[in-house]
Amino acid sequence: MSIIETRDLVRDFKRTRAVDHLTLAVEPGEAVGYIGANGAGKSTTIKMLTGILKPTSGTVRTCGIDPMRDRIGVARRVGVVFGQRSQLWWDLPLRESFGILAAIHRLDPAAAAARTDRLVEQLEMGPQLGTPVRSLSLGQRMRAEIAAALLHTPELLILDEPTIGLDVLSKQRLREFLVAERRERGTTLLLTTHDMGDIERLCDRVLVVDHGRLAFDGTLPGLAATVGAQRMLVIDLAEPSLDLTGVPNTTLVESESGGLRQRLAFDAEATTAAAVLAHVSARHGVRDLTIEEPDIEDVVRRIYAASGRG
Amino acid sequence: MADRRLDLAVRLRPYRVLLASRAHAQMQYRTSFVTDILGTVGVGLAEFAEVWVIFHNVDVLGGLDFTAALLVFALSNLAFSLADMFVGHLDQLPRYIRAGQVDAFYVRPLPLLAQLMTSDLSLRRVGRLSVALVALIVALTTADISWSTATVALILLTIVSGTAIFSALFTTAGGLQFFLVDGAEFTNAFTYGGQYAAQQSQQIFPDPLRIFWTFVIPTAFVAYLPAVAILDLPGDPLAPTWLAWCTPLAAALAWALAGLCWRSGTRHYQGAGG
Repeated sequence: MSIIETRDLVRDFKRTRAVDHLTLAVEPGEAVGYIGANGAGKSTTIKMLTGILKPTSGTVRTCGIDPMRDRIGVARRVGVVFGQRSQLWWDLPLRESFGILAAIHRLDPAAAAARTDRLVEQLEMGPQLGTPVRSLSLGQRMRAEIAAALLHTPELLILDEPTIGLDVLSKQRLREFLVAERRERGTTLLLTTHDMGDIERLCDRVLVVDHGRLAFDGTLPGLAATVGAQRMLVIDLAEPSLDLTGVPNTTLVESESGGLRQRLAFDAEATTAAAVLAHVSARHGVRDLTIEEPDIEDVVRRIYAASGRG
Repeated sequence: MADRRLDLAVRLRPYRVLLASRAHAQMQYRTSFVTDILGTVGVGLAEFAEVWVIFHNVDVLGGLDFTAALLVFALSNLAFSLADMFVGHLDQLPRYIRAGQVDAFYVRPLPLLAQLMTSDLSLRRVGRLSVALVALIVALTTADISWSTATVALILLTIVSGTAIFSALFTTAGGLQFFLVDGAEFTNAFTYGGQYAAQQSQQIFPDPLRIFWTFVIPTAFVAYLPAVAILDLPGDPLAPTWLAWCTPLAAALAWALAGLCWRSGTRHYQGAGG
């Protein structure tokens, strides 16, 4: 049985149709990235999955339950993290938020304590347990939010923009934790994000929504191939050089400062950054380099353009 | 029986923990907590000053002398401050919605209204509560009351039902907030307005208002009608003395309306989005 299933799901607001005959299924254990431009219908879908919003028409089943008939049943089996909203009690030390949530979910005290300890250890939040939530940094708070959403060991974890505003290191730790959690417990993940890194490191399937419709359903490499999104190698050379044309499987996009900095686009399917670098450094002195990933907005824009919208 | 009691304790545990956490949070700021309590004592005393000023000038108003008016004042303030302490924050719903707090409530396995009710506990209202309690003790000891089991029962019944009536008013106000944008000003007319009406002799009001505060928004049941029965006064010709015993009925009706209002409010929220 699918853990998430929608059929012909429609949600109208006063003037707009936010979700338009959306049909999708997510199987237990999958990790799915749910992406799209702002206003494409991502949050509306999540609100219907969790029983916050009533569908205009169509059906929703979350863990096999109709959220409109049994919101509480869904809440027992699903964990939700809203990146911009908090589940925690801002005026109390973090430790107490976990205690209150354990009581709300009616967890057995011993089991709740063991689960809390485990999450705190994995997310390295021990030093912050006594800190009032309002004094936590954004990265610390997001880790706490995720621990809070996982306290009742849900089968499905829904994350709405979990890494928004986080620094590189915080993002990294969060992703590593989520990968481990999935491996350990087989938790199904559904996450919306604007960060391609989240999708790359966490998801084995991508859903792109556009104007409330499903515009793409497949793997990330498949998505990149569909839209021809390319990675970019930015190379700083030791000396001004001629344009780096003729590197196999690459296209020269730009050459700055008389050739000191050159940007080469390459298709991740056809070659690797290492091969491109090896080719260039065999002929020129390379001083520095960076790799730019295809930007999620760009990928989404191309999908929209391909489907004749945008 | 013991099993059932245990069962209830288990079922109510989340709410006990939530309320305890609210109390704990307020205690963390000791100084501001103490000044808040002093503030609500001030509010209670100011309300009382009005009664005192009136009866400094007249002996009888609306069929009540000072002691009777004090009893009405005490019963209404007791019920109101209890209700205000537990559910007075319900009309703050727009603030909860803006903060995204309501969405967080939806993803927790407890009923929405129960979560909202237990999301705050205004312990500072203890100040006003204690003013009302002192007034009640003074009124009951100085008034000429023929004490019986029925009198004691009526007093207890009145306090419980009165609190329920004001709680129902706050819940109705909360339900209406789903429809109104910053509608607390409007609903204050019924909650705080109802409180003001409850601490007056109903006889000072013209007929339409008297009917309104008895049969539409039943605040006359909170204090005036029971006080008249307790003191065995002639009372309001529109409302016979036995009506005083109907306070639980008034509370039940008020709660039926509140429940309806709340349900349509949450439906509207699910319709309109957050």
